[in-house]
Amino acid sequence: MSEQVSITVKVNGSIVRRMVEPRLTLLDFLRRDLGLTGTHAGCEMGACGACLVSLEGRAVHSCLMLAVQADDLSVETIEGLSENGSIADLQAAFFERNALQCGYCTPGVLITARDCLSTGGVPSRDEIRDALSGNYCRCTGYEAIVDAIEVVARMRAANAEGSK
Amino acid sequence: MTAISDSPFRAANQYIGKSLPRPGAKRLLAGRGRYTDDIVVPRMLYAAFWRSPFAHARLGAISIEAAAAMPGVHRVFIGADFAAICKPWVGTLSHFAGMKSAPQLPLATEKVLWAGHPIAMVIAETRAQAEDALEAIEVELDELEPVVDIDAAQLPDSTLVYEEAGSNVIFRTRIESGSTASAFEDAEVVEAEFRFGRHTAVTMELRSILADYDPSDGRLTVHQSTQTPYQFHDIYARHFGLSEAHVRVVAPDVGGSFGMKLHLYHEDMAVVGASILTGRPVKFTADRMESFLTDIHARDHRVRARLAISADGMFRGIEVDDVTGVGPFSAYPRTSVVEGNQVVRLIGAAYRLKDYRADLTVVAQNKTQMSQYRAVGHPIACAVTERLVDLAGARVGLDPFEIRRRNYVTQDMYPHKTPSGYSFERLSLEECLDKLHEAMDYEALRKDQARLREAGIHRGIGIATYVEITNPSPAFYGVGGAHISAQDGCVLKVTSSGGIQCLISLSELGQGAEAIVGQIVAEGVGINPNLVRVITGDTDMTPVGGATWACRGAGIGGETALQASKKLKGRILEIAGAILQCSPGKLDISDGQILDQGGNIRMSLGELANLAYFRSDLLPKGIQPELTVAHHYAPSGYPFAFTNGIHGSLVEVDVETGFVKILKHWVIEDCGRILNPLLVDEQIRGGVVQGLGAAFFEECLYSKSGQLLNGSMADYLVPMACEMPDIVIGHVETPTQDTELGAKGCGEAGTAAASGAALNAVNDALSPFKASITQLPMTPERILKALRVV
Amino acid sequence: MKARTFSFRRVTSVEEALAAFASCEGEARFLAGGQSLLPALNLRLDAPDLLIDISRVEGMRGVSVSSSGLRIGALTRHVEVLRSPLVAEHASLLSRAAPFVAHPAIRNLGTIGGSLALADPAAEFPTCILALNASLEIAGANGIRTVRADDYFRALYETDIGPGELLTAILIPPPSHGQRVHFDELARRRGDYAIVGLAVNAVIHDSNVKEIRLAFSSVGPIPTRAKTAEAQLIGTFLGAEGIASAQAALANDLSPDGTDEVSSETRMHLARVLLGRSLNALLREDK
Repeated sequence: MSEQVSITVKVNGSIVRRMVEPRLTLLDFLRRDLGLTGTHAGCEMGACGACLVSLEGRAVHSCLMLAVQADDLSVETIEGLSENGSIADLQAAFFERNALQCGYCTPGVLITARDCLSTGGVPSRDEIRDALSGNYCRCTGYEAIVDAIEVVARMRAANAEGSK
Repeated sequence: MTAISDSPFRAANQYIGKSLPRPGAKRLLAGRGRYTDDIVVPRMLYAAFWRSPFAHARLGAISIEAAAAMPGVHRVFIGADFAAICKPWVGTLSHFAGMKSAPQLPLATEKVLWAGHPIAMVIAETRAQAEDALEAIEVELDELEPVVDIDAAQLPDSTLVYEEAGSNVIFRTRIESGSTASAFEDAEVVEAEFRFGRHTAVTMELRSILADYDPSDGRLTVHQSTQTPYQFHDIYARHFGLSEAHVRVVAPDVGGSFGMKLHLYHEDMAVVGASILTGRPVKFTADRMESFLTDIHARDHRVRARLAISADGMFRGIEVDDVTGVGPFSAYPRTSVVEGNQVVRLIGAAYRLKDYRADLTVVAQNKTQMSQYRAVGHPIACAVTERLVDLAGARVGLDPFEIRRRNYVTQDMYPHKTPSGYSFERLSLEECLDKLHEAMDYEALRKDQARLREAGIHRGIGIATYVEITNPSPAFYGVGGAHISAQDGCVLKVTSSGGIQCLISLSELGQGAEAIVGQIVAEGVGINPNLVRVITGDTDMTPVGGATWACRGAGIGGETALQASKKLKGRILEIAGAILQCSPGKLDISDGQILDQGGNIRMSLGELANLAYFRSDLLPKGIQPELTVAHHYAPSGYPFAFTNGIHGSLVEVDVETGFVKILKHWVIEDCGRILNPLLVDEQIRGGVVQGLGAAFFEECLYSKSGQLLNGSMADYLVPMACEMPDIVIGHVETPTQDTELGAKGCGEAGTAAASGAALNAVNDALSPFKASITQLPMTPERILKALRVV
Repeated sequence: MKARTFSFRRVTSVEEALAAFASCEGEARFLAGGQSLLPALNLRLDAPDLLIDISRVEGMRGVSVSSSGLRIGALTRHVEVLRSPLVAEHASLLSRAAPFVAHPAIRNLGTIGGSLALADPAAEFPTCILALNASLEIAGANGIRTVRADDYFRALYETDIGPGELLTAILIPPPSHGQRVHFDELARRRGDYAIVGLAVNAVIHDSNVKEIRLAFSSVGPIPTRAKTAEAQLIGTFLGAEGIASAQAALANDLSPDGTDEVSSETRMHLARVLLGRSLNALLREDK
């Protein structure tokens, strides 16, 4: 049995300190140790995107990262992004467009969408699909997801234009 | 964004037929979904399984002592432990005469039947510790010749998967109507041999079960990612000898199901058994590797079929031979022969035909069990039929639209009985065909195609008609002895402030069952949908019912909810009439207000409930404060409510590489009365993409020794955003007259014909090369082979 | 799918990393982005005793340019390669290949050094450094050494990096006048490992091929140069005839294995198609 390691991680804006086994993935740390079950396990090999979280502002697979690697870093999960309102427009658009069914892939998809729109501008539908290339969705057929992201991109662009 | 059409049945102040978003979706969007694996209970232990590395082997000694001594390990179980408390299950039903299947127990006891078959189970404090202990288990396995190939399995000297059956053919049937011999005499004949790859559901949420047996009062509570809580309620009680009163099955949020989560799995029974034996809650969540090895697979058919036509393109007869390999035993409790049965009954169903003959052979093999997955049998029947139809059209020089129009069952023929025995109340084949022609702008597509061919760009246009089985009656399973309910139950309660609680036996899998039920109840009673709370998926709360599968939720569950809400409305008005001293027939409810005939508000539902529950002393004499009703509904008209529709596919084939770009897809569908167009459209789109997965990507590949070769998400290719097209959807509405609601199912419609349309489209693109393909998925290599490039 | 237990140590310098490796009594692995190592651990395909986290080692991340060319620190993430203006200017082949590397979230953590140290024959960057005639900087007990990409890939998942050595940087020679590069691959789905991929680095003047390096992925145990095809092309006018003879020459260069999904013959055919298309693309760019 390997020794436990102390880690300090900023999770959704709060500092969390825990002792963890080195083999514990960030995914299992968030879900099991912190009860942040909005991050989902889908494949545990970085293929499906259900476990995406935002690490230092960038989407990463929490299944492909050890909790110990997140020491001293900042992680945001769907719970944090929901509570701070930063993706409220995306969530509203997904709701209106029914861009989700079972909802299992949805937190990961939202984190991808957030990254995809983070640079501003209105990406083309192909660019949105390209950004989603690592997010499996088995229910929707993707079109509604692309629609919802596109709507938010246009809305944000219009708002940015309006505020000039 | 695609415009969403509202149902023409919609009237002012009504909710049925409106494109309303799903109330539950906000929770899922906020990461507040609660799936089975999210649930943690005190003293919970985790399970992991030692699985056979061989496809077929005799089981010898199992050494578990070292594993049992590992850190965190609570118990290690082997087959005999569960054999003592669990009655074996056998996946046969009496209406499939003569079928055979090996009895199953939670863990293998004598033989292992597929690579992945669980042999031992570790229960530990964490999943990681349980996996650590698996490495300390030693199992003696004496490898046997695996049965893999469907033809070799039928040879007289083949090894047998289930010796007692005396053969690897576990079911055989022939359907015969009229005389195909005379139909084929002097006819033009088109024929082909089709191969359909084995594939699997790949739900995003993995199978998960948490069983909690409390020995102090003998109660078993199971949280499970399933479509069918009552079905498992029955199974756990019967097979573990528990009183049903002491069993509760809860389906929390379910992360995709598609038919895969209504079959019994060995791990489910082992987890329940382990909780009974340890008195502790035990959780098992399959990892993705386990999911590929153990979730049911589907399809895997070889169909040889031929169609006889007259010189003017009229169909004369069809002959079919379908052989399917279904894994080592028949799935429980629905069997593994339903897919084949639906293939041989649905082929040719949309067309005027008298002479039909079909043979089905279901073969056991040492691969993962195979059973019902979305659109059971439909994509196969559709692809076979529609390919033959295109071949016939080509033979007699008729355009794909024209040959279909000439041969469809026509409006004057309903009710219509197919030669395979299905009865159609009414379909809308021609109307859908016309609508598709228009939606595709077919003539313009053909012009484009011709122009681009000159430039060496090879586009293909394909269409495929489907007929879909929905709203199944007990004819589907119940008559065969299965404890699978074809009816649904709904309880409606008025709450004290005038809201409504609706407890219904449907299950919510993301397609919006709760949303449509809420709309129906809101309209049926006359209140705002926001005041209706729909509760599903808990056998301690909801009435007994069939739940959500085979496209029955909207049609059967919806009708149940409608009749329950009418019953409740009647009850409310009866009380209101007594209070207001007027005839209930002269009152109505709108937006939660009780109105008289002049439209004046007389009292609110909240006031009425308040009186009933808190001031019953003020109620007129003889009026009981009963504001709860229960209603059950079982279909009793047609055995199935058939729907129909047609798909169009536009593809571009790179004839140098065999790669296909799917440019666009169209669906015109008729699911009867549309309850919520937004939800129907997205059901269809999701279904289309699963069908395109079958057409181009998805296939479980096996080695000659029965090993699954691509059992991971990196190797088994499901369709992704970049490869999928935008999908145009149009509707025709032919409500069923069997119910007041008029709804039929729409869940299979997307999957049913997408692969058939794509198959025809690719073949259309290949036609200048005199090349043809009849195997799905159409991989680049198969297309290059069809083109004789490799 | 949970990894076996292991010990974990974070290091902040190359020296510390090498010392940690040397002092480990069992099996040790360097952990950079972890995008290939973590799946292997989760699947228990790999089970080291010690993981040495090098991701925060000073000086191993980032892109710089000097007269001898471009230096890319081994810990530079795929996304940084993709977006780096220096890479785009001095080694645009990498910029063109980067979008093909897996998916955005993988690119956010995965490192170019990790990709090259793993040397997956289906990966994009190994073919690029081969085509670019890059060198790899490897630190070991005896200090730093460099190895040419041509000598770097040894066998399936085996490179010139010895036990306890650490890949620290990739050195790419400055682009020649007239350099033309191209990257393309044939993958079933966006981001999947390719059935075949090709990195081309050529020097072309007025359609005359002065130099060319062709490096294929997924055609053998290591990224593979098509030297016969290169020789066919060098010194010729790049046109239909030359392209056809280069395609034919591939028969001498490649002998891909067949798998259950793609036969050897299909892969060979697709390699020829890809070569033809890539050369035609160069030709178009040259005009």
